[in-house]
Amino acid sequence: MTRRLQQLLLYGTLVLGAALTLVPLVWMVSASLMPTGQATTYPPRFFPRTLTFEHYAELFTRLSLGRYVLNSCIVALAATLLSLLFNSMAGYALAKLRFRGRDGLFRLLVAGLVIPAQVTMLPLFLLLRAMGLVNSYLGAIVPAMATIFGIFLIRQYALSIPDDLLDAARIDGAGEFRIYWSVVVPAMRPVLATLAIFTFLSTWNDFLWPLVVLSDDAKYTLPVALANLAGEHVQDTELMMAGSVLTVLPVLLLFVLLQRYYIEGIMAGSTKG
Amino acid sequence: MTRVERGTARAAWLFLAPALTVIAVFFFLPVVASLALSFTDFDIYAIADSHNARFVGLANYRQLAAAPLFWTALKNTLYFAFAGAPLSVLVALGAALLVNAKLVRFKGIFRTAYFAPFVTTLVAVAVVWRYLYHPRYGLLNAALGAVGIGPVDWLGDPLWAMPAIILLAVWRNFGYNMLIFVAGLQRIPTQLYEAAELDGAGAWAQFRHITVPQLAPTFLFVGVITAIGYFQLFAEPYVMTGGGPLKSTLSMVLFMYEEGFRWWRLGSAAAIAFVLFCIILAFTLVQLRLQRETPR
Repeated sequence: MTRRLQQLLLYGTLVLGAALTLVPLVWMVSASLMPTGQATTYPPRFFPRTLTFEHYAELFTRLSLGRYVLNSCIVALAATLLSLLFNSMAGYALAKLRFRGRDGLFRLLVAGLVIPAQVTMLPLFLLLRAMGLVNSYLGAIVPAMATIFGIFLIRQYALSIPDDLLDAARIDGAGEFRIYWSVVVPAMRPVLATLAIFTFLSTWNDFLWPLVVLSDDAKYTLPVALANLAGEHVQDTELMMAGSVLTVLPVLLLFVLLQRYYIEGIMAGSTKG
Repeated sequence: MTRVERGTARAAWLFLAPALTVIAVFFFLPVVASLALSFTDFDIYAIADSHNARFVGLANYRQLAAAPLFWTALKNTLYFAFAGAPLSVLVALGAALLVNAKLVRFKGIFRTAYFAPFVTTLVAVAVVWRYLYHPRYGLLNAALGAVGIGPVDWLGDPLWAMPAIILLAVWRNFGYNMLIFVAGLQRIPTQLYEAAELDGAGAWAQFRHITVPQLAPTFLFVGVITAIGYFQLFAEPYVMTGGGPLKSTLSMVLFMYEEGFRWWRLGSAAAIAFVLFCIILAFTLVQLRLQRETPR
């Protein structure tokens, strides 16, 4: 087989694979722009005959989807900021500061990685209920505020910060918090970006925990609201597709913009793990 | 211990305090409480007043063992994991080999396209796929019809509902596994291939005798983490089938959710959670064991 033919075959398979992978997402966008009823015709249409934005308008006016977009933004942003702060402090301390019990603590945390979150959910619900946090943004954020995975990610990166850098700052008389804030944080920028995008995407996409902890319609995050709508509006294909686009689009855009940090984070994690 | 060392140690604990408090109170404590809960008859009356909960020993576990629905959920979950994980690994390997091929340029674009489903919101794409699977108006049946395969009621037929969910899950997660395979492929020393080429080994021989053995640890890692993730199946059946038809897509986590948060039988739900935990733990231990034995 000639090199040229080989190449052609490779590209052909790659393009076909990419097309198959993207078809569901493209159809989602396409159907969301069809007038009511056009997505349920026989034989099915792939592209709209006429474009309309009425479903998006309906979502924001009649179904107050703006509320849920706002809720999702608040929950995902707050979780991201808190997890950046808490995990980076803890990961840095575990990597670079000496104290008694450090290795034992690290082993305990790593052992906790095997426990699936679902195991904690029932007592966590009871606990938050006792604390009065059920049905609050804080309740939805709690499990994401600090995570073993996040601490681990930061620690692995922080190990590579040269000790000389920290010692030089200490000799200059900088306090430990000052060192963390003005030496360590800038040095960890890439891994902080990775952690930020991981946390934002996972809280934005999370379903089971917000479903459990948020019972009041006004506090729903987008996935919970969408699952709820999907039950009531089964027949409104185009409307549901518009809702799906609004849920998926923010994270997809974020990923495309920051994919360097995201993809490198995954590949680095697998090499070290 | 010098004054400086004491200072660093104190600073370290201060840095650790917020994260450790959160993890201790909202993670480790609930894990222990969950085990305790599974030995009680905690129900809706106990939610009103926790004095109504009594210690019942292993009664919840005995009841589960006697409940056909529990075995259905367990069987479905294992089906999903053991059919879905290998499928996802194979698709991911194929995609990784293609994306990583020497002759291909624009690798980044293809990589992004294949990875995109992984970052999407599961609930939203489950809603989308529910319409793609529509027996009459869905694109999948239209495509199959074009090659002469009769319409399948994907989500309405107990035989096909689980395969349909597996297909969605593989579509959404193979990109992640692909990345790990690409990382693994890039770690294989190129000298190995150069030496093989000099010996006259063809593409297939190189794949069989270099790529596959060199990727063995990656295979294991990817297979086990995918299976572990798949044991936690929840959103797809919740959104697409509600666990039906005829309970054919009822998963362990969905069963736990319904027991715990719909019927408020928290004791019984905690027992389900623990059985799931034990399964996942067993898999993790097998993986760690095998990883230690395979030379890297």
